[in-house]
Amino acid sequence: MRATVLVRPKPGILDPQGQAVGTSLRDLGFAVGETRVGRLIDVEVDTNDAAAARDEIDAMCERLLTNPLIESYTIEFNGAEFNGAEFNDAGQGDA
Amino acid sequence: MTDEPRPVVAVIVFPGSNDDRDAQRALTRLGADAPRVWHADEKLPDGTAGVVLPGGFSFGDYLRCGAIARTSPIMRAVSAFADAGGLVLGICNGFQILTEARLLPGVLRANASLTFVCRDVPLLVERADTPFTSRCDDEERRELTIPVKNGEGCWFADDELLAELEANGQIALRYAPGGNPSGAVADVAGVVNADGNVFGLMPHPEHAVDPLLGSTDGALILGSLVDAARARSLAVVS
Repeated sequence: MRATVLVRPKPGILDPQGQAVGTSLRDLGFAVGETRVGRLIDVEVDTNDAAAARDEIDAMCERLLTNPLIESYTIEFNGAEFNGAEFNDAGQGDA
Repeated sequence: MTDEPRPVVAVIVFPGSNDDRDAQRALTRLGADAPRVWHADEKLPDGTAGVVLPGGFSFGDYLRCGAIARTSPIMRAVSAFADAGGLVLGICNGFQILTEARLLPGVLRANASLTFVCRDVPLLVERADTPFTSRCDDEERRELTIPVKNGEGCWFADDELLAELEANGQIALRYAPGGNPSGAVADVAGVVNADGNVFGLMPHPEHAVDPLLGSTDGALILGSLVDAARARSLAVVS
């Protein structure tokens, strides 16, 4: 099955890239508030079991896809979104 | 050049490393035998007494700086070497790789200015009792001038981790007040691990070993490493 991992800078972490994007949007005349930039990773996993896939992706995020010091993530399967594993402790997934 | 034995200080080369030859040249001038070792190799050269992860843009900085490089085959050998107490120095991208490999605490992020910074910076050596700073054990050698050149040199740790590192004395190198080029928290320019055998810094000592280039302060860092590597080589031989 195909999963989408959404990686975001954790709340409170300075995001100069997001600030620059926000400034540019305002320069273009858009009335925007805080703007933050993350990363999207589509990954095909070799299972159709959502629980197994979540475990696998949690491991991928812990070992490579994210840096838990500064990033949190959520996982989407078939339109359903899940928060990352417990090490991903900032609760950013509800944003 | 002296007749002292030349310790083996391996310089790891990743795809996109670009300071490996400068590091090799500097280490060689300072008395080491500095073979360059390809990232796909699985073993360090026989007799390796020190390892340098050089600057550059390994794997194009894909995903996060250093995140891909740290999965290279040679990094298993480097991690094992570090775990056994071996001396490992990461410079710039090498520092980023060591944090991603979790051999050093914290993480390097985009500079707060969002600009690439390339200039000499003033530094303060906070710890002169590490294998990487022993030649700075003199008041006049605590203030160094060494260049940085990076876009993602902003070291970050949360308050809790920073307090722990400060308490442990692991913040070995700081930018002098007003000289922080990146927005790094607590002006951190370099950190050492708890055991003191792994050190990473954003400034480039290998670019500051010849008076022609303005500063030779980098030789204090790399020379310290060569001294320590030699001492360890002799300890093994004798």
